[in-house]
Formats: sequence, C-alpha cells, structure tokens
Amino acid sequence: MAHLVHPQRALSTNPLKTSAPLGAAMAYLGIEGAIPLFHGAQGCTAFAMVHLVRHFRESIPLQTTAMNEVSAILGGGEQIEEAIENLRKRAKPKFIGIASTALVETRGEDVAGELREMLARRADFAGTAVVYAATPDFAGGLEDGWARAVEAIIAALVPAQAGPKIAGQVNLLAGSHLTPAEVEAVADMVRGFGLTPIVLPDLSTSLDGHLSDDWSGTSLGGTRLAEIARMGQSIATLAIGTAMRPAAEALANRGVPPQVFASLTGLKAVDAFVTALMQLSGRDAPATIKRDRARLADACLDAHFQIGGLRVALGADPDLGFALGTALTALGAEIVTAVTTSGLNPIAADIPAAEVILGDLGDLERGAATAKAHLILTHAHGRMAAERLHLPHVRAGFPVFDRLGAQDQCRVGYAGTRAFYYEIANAVLAHPHRPRPEDFGATPVAQEFDHASPPPSTH
Amino acid sequence: MAEALKTQIAGLLNEPACDTNRAKDEGSRRKGCTKQLTPGAAAGGCAFDGAKIALQPIVDVAHLVHAPLACEGNGWDNRGSASSGSEIYRTGFTTDLTELDIVMGNGEKKLYRAIREVIAEQAPAAVFVYATCVSALIGDDIEAVCKAATERLGTPVIPINAPGYVGSKNLGNKLAGAALYAHVIGTMEPAEPGLCDINIIGDFNLSGELWQVKPLLDRLGIRILGSISGDARYAQVAMAHRARVTMLVCSKALIGLARQLEDGYGIPFFEGSFYGISDTSAALRTLCMKLVERGAPADLIPRCEALIAQEEAATWAALASFRPRVAGKRVLLYTGGHKSWSVVSALQELGMEVVGTSVRKATEEDKGRVVEIMGDDSHMFDNMAPREMYALLREARADVLMSGGRSQFVALKARVPWVDVNQEKHEPYAGYMGMIGLLRAIDREMNNPMWADLRGPAPWEVAVQAPAPAPLRLASGSPADFEDC
Repeated sequence: MAHLVHPQRALSTNPLKTSAPLGAAMAYLGIEGAIPLFHGAQGCTAFAMVHLVRHFRESIPLQTTAMNEVSAILGGGEQIEEAIENLRKRAKPKFIGIASTALVETRGEDVAGELREMLARRADFAGTAVVYAATPDFAGGLEDGWARAVEAIIAALVPAQAGPKIAGQVNLLAGSHLTPAEVEAVADMVRGFGLTPIVLPDLSTSLDGHLSDDWSGTSLGGTRLAEIARMGQSIATLAIGTAMRPAAEALANRGVPPQVFASLTGLKAVDAFVTALMQLSGRDAPATIKRDRARLADACLDAHFQIGGLRVALGADPDLGFALGTALTALGAEIVTAVTTSGLNPIAADIPAAEVILGDLGDLERGAATAKAHLILTHAHGRMAAERLHLPHVRAGFPVFDRLGAQDQCRVGYAGTRAFYYEIANAVLAHPHRPRPEDFGATPVAQEFDHASPPPSTH
Repeated sequence: MAEALKTQIAGLLNEPACDTNRAKDEGSRRKGCTKQLTPGAAAGGCAFDGAKIALQPIVDVAHLVHAPLACEGNGWDNRGSASSGSEIYRTGFTTDLTELDIVMGNGEKKLYRAIREVIAEQAPAAVFVYATCVSALIGDDIEAVCKAATERLGTPVIPINAPGYVGSKNLGNKLAGAALYAHVIGTMEPAEPGLCDINIIGDFNLSGELWQVKPLLDRLGIRILGSISGDARYAQVAMAHRARVTMLVCSKALIGLARQLEDGYGIPFFEGSFYGISDTSAALRTLCMKLVERGAPADLIPRCEALIAQEEAATWAALASFRPRVAGKRVLLYTGGHKSWSVVSALQELGMEVVGTSVRKATEEDKGRVVEIMGDDSHMFDNMAPREMYALLREARADVLMSGGRSQFVALKARVPWVDVNQEKHEPYAGYMGMIGLLRAIDREMNNPMWADLRGPAPWEVAVQAPAPAPLRLASGSPADFEDC
C-alpha cells in the first residue's frame, strides 16, 4: 500500500488533473443522442470542448447554460430551462446530461431540486431524458466527474423496481480510463462467452472516430436509453475501475449483484475477468481468448528484457495509474515516481509505488529527475517534461492531443496487454543507449590514432 | 579452393602455440582443429562470418563484402561492438553481385568500382575487402584488385580471403588475424612508443566491455596501443608491432596472431580473461609483471597490487548486497568455450549453486578447472539438444540459464529465467564493474515477478471453486449467440 502524499504547497505547476465536469461530459457522450450541458459560465464549456476536440478529433456537442452576472447572483434555474428548450429546438436530443461547475456549486444552488420542479412543470420536455450530476471543478478530477455522471444516469433512468431477469444480460460499467477501443474490446470479450452486455457509458460507438452519413448535433452513438432502462434486469454488473464501484452499488440496490475489476491490464487481472465470465456464463473460454493468453505469455517473455528493471515515472488518474502501474510492475518494472489526481478513489493508494503524490506534472518531472526514471508514462502534457529530461514518453490517459488515434489505443484484455508491453518496450528500444567510454570512466582513445579524413578522392 | 589458401589454412590449423594442438598426435594434428561439419546438424557461422566478426570492430575502416546480397544483407548491423569514434564500420557495404555480374565475369570490375566509390564517399582509413563463396568460386582475384586499388587510390585496401565454404567461424577468425599480420601490422609507427604500451587481442568491445577495463589500465598508466579489434582505429592495428606485451583475451582463435607478433617482433603474449573478479586481477597482475620484465618501471607491480586490493574489496562489498537475493539459486551454464570459471567461482561465493556447465568447446585444461571448482565432473555435459534442455529446465532443475542467444528461447519457452552471456548480449560484464553488472542482471532476471505469473494456471486450467451456475439457455438467434470474437 502506497503512502499518499498531499504536497503542502500553494502552487500547482503543469496540471495533471482534468476537471470533473469534463469527465461527466465525456460519460454523457457515451449515451445515444446526447448533449452534455455544463451549468456554468460559457468559458467552462469552451475550454472543455477544445480539450475534448483536440483529443478525439471530432466535433463535440457540448453546451452551456451560459451563466451571466445576474444569474450568478440570483440563481441559474431559468438558464437551465432556457438551455433545454433551445437544445430541444435545435438538436432534438434524446438525452441531456447536466454537469454543474464550480460557479454554481460555489453559489450553492439546489440544481437537483429546481430541475425536479421544472421537469414536473414542463411536460413538453418529456421526450428528452434530463440527468443532473453535481461535479464541481473543485472536487476530484475527470475520473470522479465521470463516475458521478454514471451514478446520476442510473439514479434517474434505471427504475428502482426492476422487471424479471433477462438471461445472459450483464451490465458493463466502463470506467473513464477506458478508450473507445478498450470499451469495445471488453464488450467483445463478454460477448465471446455468449453474454449480452449493456455497456454504460459506451464510447465505443460514439467517440470511436467514424465518419457518419449525416450531420448530428448530438452524440453519434452510445448506450440506448431503452437499454439503460433494462439494466435492473441483468444477472450481474461488471464494473471496470474502482471509481465505478458506487455506480455498481446503485445497481446492486436494484437487485443486480456487482463485481468490480480494478484493472483489465496484465495477465492476472485479465485472468480474473475471464474467470468471472466463465462462472457467469457457465462456458469455457473461447479459442480466441485462449490463443490471446498464450500470445500474451510469449510477449511477456520478449518484453521483460526491456521492462524488467525499468524505472517508470507514472502520472495518471487513479484507475488508469493502477492498471498500467500494476501491469508494468508484474514484468519487473519499478514505478519510481507516481503522481495521481484524486484521493477520492481508494485505489490511488494501491498504485504500486512507495508513495503516490496527489499532485501535478511538476511533481512528476521533479520525481522523474530525482529518481532517475527511464521512461515517462502520462498524458500528452507530459511531453515538455520528457523533452527536458531526454526521456521516452508513452502517452496514456486524457488528453492525448499530439498523437493520432488516441481512441484506438487498446491496453486491456490479453491482446491489449500484449500491445501495451510492446509499446513500452519499443519506447525503450527507440531511445537506445550507445555506450561511451566516459560512461565507465575510461579516457578517450589518443588523437594520434584517429584517422584524419583526407579530402575526397578525385578518381 | 586456391592452392595458396589451402596451404595457408593448413598452416593456421597447425598452431604451435596452442596447447590443444600440441597435445594431439601427429595424425589428428594433420587433420586440423576444425571438426568436419555434419550436414543437417550444424549450427554456427562460416569462415566469412568469423573473419567479419574479428575485424568489423575496427571502426574507421569501410568493410566491403564482395558477394551477392545474403552475406552482408542478412548479416549486417547485428553486433554490439561499440565505437568511441568513427561510425563507418557499422555501415553495410557490399558489391551485391547480380546474376549478370557472375555470368559475365564482371565481379572484379564491380569490386574495383565499389572500392573507388566507398573511398570517394566515406574517406575511410582503409577498406577491407571480404571474399565470399561466390566471388571465390568464380575466381575473382581480390588480392590483385586490392593491390591495384591501393596503388591507384592512395588508401590501404586490404584483402580478407576467408570465403564461407573453407570452414567454420573459428577458422575465419584465424584467417582474419593472418590478413592483418600480412597486410596491416607494421605499416605505421607510433609517434611516441612507450614502455607501457600493450596489445589487447580478442576483445571486441561488445557493449563497451573494453571501456570497463580501460579505467584500470588508465590508472596504472598502461596504454592500449594495439587493439584487435575492440574500438580500434586502423592506425592502432598498423602500430601493434610496437607494443611491449600482448594480452590474448578469451580466444584460442587468434592465438596464431599473438604468436606471430612474438616471433616476428619479440612481443611476449599471455592468455587472460576479464570476466570475473579473480581472472581480472590475475590478468592485471600478469600484464604488469610482463611489462616490468620488458623494462617498465618496477613500481608498476606494487601499484597494480594496490589497485587490485582496492577494487576487489569494493567489488565484493557491492556484490554482498545481492547475496540475499541470489543465494541458494541454481544456475545452469551453457556457454561453449568461454573462460568463465572465475565467474562461476564468484557466483558460488555469493551462495549460488552451479548445477551444470557445458564443456562442448572447452579444452582439457578448462575441464580440469571445472572439476577443481565444482568438485567432480558429474555436472559437465557436452552438447545438449534443445528438447533435452527444455525438459531439464521445465522440470525446474535450474533457476536460471546463462547462455548465448541460441538457447534463449529454449529457456524462455520453458518459463525459466535467462541471462545472455555470449557475444550478442546487450550489457557489458567485463572487469570488476562488469561483475556487479552481471549480478544485477541475474537478480533482475531471476527475481522478476513475471515468472510466477507465467507458471500459474490459466483460468480454464483451474478447477472451478464456486459451483458454476447452470449454463445459460439462450433463445436461438439471440444477439448473445455470439461466436468467438
């Protein structure tokens, strides 16, 4: 168990954390026909939208209640009503997910209460599901905002009294650390056992980067509302990431037994998931999964020469940091510096390092330099530190704006773990250390022996 | 095979300085030291490979392979000889002979043009031209081409006549040494020859191993004048005849060259090793003693002793920290002819058990040392078939295999830790600091948590603990009826 360090200082340098409302918006984008709506000043939305666009390279239908000076003082209930009305007119969303920002939470608005009152009054809003999650910027980060949004969706849209169980149907609660490709890979694994997953939220169909036939003012895919309504009838909930535990428990209150998987990266972690799927389905693992495991075992053998003894500086949200960190230490790497964003997720203390700093990229850079790290594993903003320290930088987490295909990165499952190990090993191999005499304290060869190149021959 | 080359090879194989050769009777001596290869059961490099390996570490030379593509195209850029200067040696140069070149007899002309182009483009200190099977078979006279090129182009162009079919890698080493002696050594003079100038023959500076030893020599005021061929400049080879002593490192193959330097220039040589603590100390001791015998200041010997005492103490202190992590572990060594016995004794000193060692290329003297160190000969074995080794490792009768790259995958597939100790390795293990590096590598490899994970059962190999729920009954055509993804 790592020692959690809360740096006693006022200044945060080069933030690692992304805001909670952005995480909520990302989760909402995994619902079909959705528009996330920030309840706050319009700048909150603009920054978040640019961030999301740079990462996914898609247009992001993120909207704002555009709080002004007057509503900031007198209350923003009307702003929400007006925003919903306008959004319904312009984009006909099936789902509007509201994420509050620091502004309204500082004011102390009873958004939930006002929303309840407003929705009761506005029967004409009935065709659009409206969900609200309290996600002030000042509490937690992306992972927490995402989790609060999923909990809000379950609270609002999964009936408390579930109908009869549907054989083979399982809930798959995808954590914020999973990329669209990863969500798809996990869902495919589940389907491989003959089970039918309801994925919440499902970025694999909305932010996977596909060219659609028509322009849409809402999300391009995602979990269907009808599926969400059936989640209480599933035989089990599989939650990926410890941050999803409260959401899984909310479904447990509706009669669905929960299982939480802290990580799906690494041989043992995937083994645990496969074991659960075997037990749930009563089936043997399919041949593709058995083959993928044998291939991962072989990849471990090949990659452990680079990863064994590798000193890694890791900066990520708790679930991602735990998943990638444990996968690397399982191959003999050492996490010499670990920085994470939020202490709200208990897994933060299980990131396999002596101490885990709740800090920023400044901590990561200092730690990497002091501990003589060999590699930096964090999101794209770590690039400046990596350049300054002349270290290879593997990009993981949010945002990744300086590489293409962030949504396609798949580091889960046997195949994804294999790809991750190759990715790390190749990053090490791409920074070869050419030995020099001075590395060993040897003097250079006498100049006398060196061949002075004559002018090029004229033959 | 050309008559001259045949005679040269016969001469090379009858090496008077080689103990193994001297111990043979007349008949087997005439047969030479290379065993006939067995078709279908041979693995190892050819004479060209051996010549190239021995010479390529000369860093400011353009190594030009006169051959169709495979000889250089399939073999280049695969060894870790490090350079502190020029990078020309790493560039792959070949004449890439085509069918037309061979049929039309254009080989010599193409070779000359290639030599001219490489000199014009790269301005190397010299060009080494390697004959190969095809260019030798079609009768290209590379010696004549090299002679003409040297005269006309003003850069030394050296023929290395070791086509693959003449024999093994070991023979290629010898032919390379002979070429250096015939064409390079003695062609340049050092500005200031010193009483502490030495030759090191047979170290190829793999991953910088020469530099692990060099600081020790630096501190004693000993200069590596001639190096054959780790991090060597062409000039250093050309001046090797002015050294005072030659140390022959871990190599019987180049013993002929060392002996020729002794016969021709009066430079005494000795065989030594920089692998392991006691061998490193012994090598330094012998080196200083021989230099003093040849007129170096007598205080070299006490200074050497002081250095050894200091370094040994520091090294053992550093190694002690590994003891708790390696003690009691069983090592299987499969290294061929390596003079690694002092490594073995250091491992034993740290509480490791050497459960077996191969002696397939070892001399009788080496075998004697195995018995001496390990008590009896029950742990010695000759060749081991991969399947046999796999079985032995799978039964977990060893905790770690130390070997060359060829048996790497036998160990890995048996889920047994493996440490590379042959020439292809990526980490330097020479001298005192190399021993610490080796232990670090053993520790890191053997104690990697991955092994336990890989040896554990897969989920489908475990008896299900909790009673499995009854298999699902799914309606046919259900979306859940999903085949393997």
